[in-house]
Amino acid sequence: MAAGVATWLPFARAAAVGWLPLAKKTMPKPPVDNSSRSDEILYLNVSGVRFQTWKNTLDRYPDTLLGSSEKEFFFNEDTEEYFFDRDHEMFRHILNFYRTGKLHYPRHECIQAFDEELAFYGIVPEIIGDCCMEEYRDRKKENQERLAEDTEANESMDAPLPPDSTPRERLWRAFENPHTSTMALVFYYVTGFFIAVSVIANVVETVPCRPPEGRIKDLPCGEKYQLAFFCMDTACVLIFTFEYLMRLFAAPSRCKFMRSVMSVIDVVAIMPYYIGLVMPENEDVSGAFVTLRVFRVFRIFKFSRHSQGLRILGYTLKSCASELGFLLFSLTMAIIIFATVMFYAEKGTKGSTFTSIPASFWYTIVTMTTLGYGDMVPNTIAGKIFGSICSLSGVLVIALPVPVIVSNFSRIYHQNQRADKRRAQQKVRLARIRMAKKGTTNAFLQYKEDRGRDSDSTALCVKNRSAFEHQHHHLLHCLEKTTNHEFTDEMTYSELCMTESVGFRTSRSTSLSSQQGAQNNPTGCCPRRARRRAAMRLANSTASVSRGSVQELDTLHIKTTSIPPQTRSSLNAQADNLKLNCGEQDFTAAIISIPTPPANTPDESLPPSPAPIPGILRNTRATAFTHETVKISSL
Amino acid sequence: MGAVVGTLTMQTKQNRRPSRDKTDDELEMTMVCHRPEGLEQLEAQTNFTKQELQILYRGFKNECPSGVVNEETFKHIYAQFFPHGDASMYAHYLFSAFDTANNGSIKFKDFVMGLSILLRGTLREKLEWTFHLYDINRDGYINREEMTEIVRAIYDMMGKYTYPALKGDVPQQHVDAFFQKMDKNKDGVVTLEEFIVACQEDETMMRSMQLFENVM
Repeated sequence: MAAGVATWLPFARAAAVGWLPLAKKTMPKPPVDNSSRSDEILYLNVSGVRFQTWKNTLDRYPDTLLGSSEKEFFFNEDTEEYFFDRDHEMFRHILNFYRTGKLHYPRHECIQAFDEELAFYGIVPEIIGDCCMEEYRDRKKENQERLAEDTEANESMDAPLPPDSTPRERLWRAFENPHTSTMALVFYYVTGFFIAVSVIANVVETVPCRPPEGRIKDLPCGEKYQLAFFCMDTACVLIFTFEYLMRLFAAPSRCKFMRSVMSVIDVVAIMPYYIGLVMPENEDVSGAFVTLRVFRVFRIFKFSRHSQGLRILGYTLKSCASELGFLLFSLTMAIIIFATVMFYAEKGTKGSTFTSIPASFWYTIVTMTTLGYGDMVPNTIAGKIFGSICSLSGVLVIALPVPVIVSNFSRIYHQNQRADKRRAQQKVRLARIRMAKKGTTNAFLQYKEDRGRDSDSTALCVKNRSAFEHQHHHLLHCLEKTTNHEFTDEMTYSELCMTESVGFRTSRSTSLSSQQGAQNNPTGCCPRRARRRAAMRLANSTASVSRGSVQELDTLHIKTTSIPPQTRSSLNAQADNLKLNCGEQDFTAAIISIPTPPANTPDESLPPSPAPIPGILRNTRATAFTHETVKISSL
Repeated sequence: MGAVVGTLTMQTKQNRRPSRDKTDDELEMTMVCHRPEGLEQLEAQTNFTKQELQILYRGFKNECPSGVVNEETFKHIYAQFFPHGDASMYAHYLFSAFDTANNGSIKFKDFVMGLSILLRGTLREKLEWTFHLYDINRDGYINREEMTEIVRAIYDMMGKYTYPALKGDVPQQHVDAFFQKMDKNKDGVVTLEEFIVACQEDETMMRSMQLFENVM
């Protein structure tokens, strides 16, 4: 029942007095209404803008937030009002819904923001009034399409494969996204080339060539160089067959693949050749064989895998099916009408080309599409009059659905352009966001550094942190304590990687076991690095959490017996053996320059330098300079 | 072809035009607003307090911004309370009972006066109002036909699916029983006095009347 009718309920109940004389039995007791009779004004404060309304207004819709007791959660006793920390402009519409019973959709608002507000206030979008429902639906559909595009793009495109994908999955991926690997790209271009070759061969073989000796008439090239064309055809078909079989093998769902349009086109492209091979050189059957050769031209559709514009065109035609259907239907009607009229108008004349109504169809079509070949021309006056009406109406009928199709195509095309642009910008955007987010982790590290300093500065920096930061840092600290590892930053990590590689590798291999760090740090290596570093610390049982710099590392090194840090180059040499966790993410490759050739004591590189262990040094020097750069993960 | 279709559409548009003008005129007439008398006057004329009148008016005005209820709207509203059956006939009679001025629309004053009687009136006033409701032609007497119509309208509101099922001519029987009780001098009609006396003698009814005191 509409809420507005609720106001009439007391009236209807009062009018029930009219039944009393007729009633044979006593009326039932009415429900006791304990609520206060007088209506009160409620104050709603939405982000500082105060709205006031009667309580009854809100009670009209008891299954929403404002109509139920849920609003008590937002009641502020000091100011005696309900405070909502939401958008006050949207709240206007929500409140108007209570007042008038109709929910309107403000056209200038973002559809998602509006949906969120509705969800917050517990109002289903279905009750949007008819005046605004269409607009709402359109915007919502558009938004969903865009989201679907994005998610589909994200998952299909350059997302890296899981490392344990089967060759079959990799193959499918290579087919679907040729940009992912060079092999796929090569294959993509090769098939494209062969499609072109095949189509050109088809075309050229019908061109008349100079006849060989002993003949006068021109021969089509296909017959003159029959063997050459046959070989070319065979080669193309072999490539296409191979490609099709590979795709079939790699497809995750073979049934679905076989039903898809591209697969059908592939089959149609190669079938005629095989049928031609199988079929005997029979006179009767060769007619059919010739027809089959026509199907070879469908190979040109294979280009739609290579061209996005073609795909869009196909998609447009598919989505405009109803307009096309209407166009066809109205054209057919018009053709039949005008053909009949023209036939009867021209029936009398001698030598008229309008021999039958179906024959007149040709005239009508040619006239309506304003082609006007002139092979059939009306001679009578009536015929000419009707002929002119026919051509005028043809222009109209064809001109009507075409703009719809054009606008559809334009919309889809632009959508695609936008999607591509968005994807291209996405990477840059995400990179920038990650840069910004790095600030938070760095704050924690900064805090840890400061803690190591003397107490004066510690007090200051402690005070400068907000409560949120305090708690956040405490949380991170707890995590560190839990996992017995610590957070660190990039530089330290990379240095660690290098130093560690040399001698730590053996003793540290156990601690390198993948203890999965919880955080999804933008600097992806952090957990791993941190663990290594902390592991070292553990081993050394030095508990001091001081600055994560190389210095500390070196001091540790000094304390332990095992390793000397080597020179950069040799460290680089070994660093590759470490499976840096950063492999999956985008790199901006930071190339470490190769310093001067390794010296016996690594004084230059890492002061203070502990005494190198000769054996190891020799070992690493031998393998120096094999790898010159180390990709350090960033972003 | 296009010309043919075009001329066809032109025809239909012309046919539609006169009726559209008529509805435009109607719309203009209904746009007229009606304002009730002042709050003090209404308070004096009815048994409601100022607050109650305010609440009533706010609800009324919300539903009918133009200030009047016409019969169609009234029927529509009333039908929403009785979705099982057909409440249109009874709503019609109810509308006539409220529309004391008989001009086809209920203004706020009519609405609130009627409610005042039903909810805050004396017993005699309520019985008079009920008599007024049953007396369709307002001649001061309730005859069998009028009563039958009223009873049928009430049974229509019940709808088809009742328990026990409506068999035979239940409304007629009901009317007979009513007349038996009310018509003292057996002259085939019930006057106001007969009605009031008979009702006051009816214990069941008096008890029910008491229950309806606190509907508002």
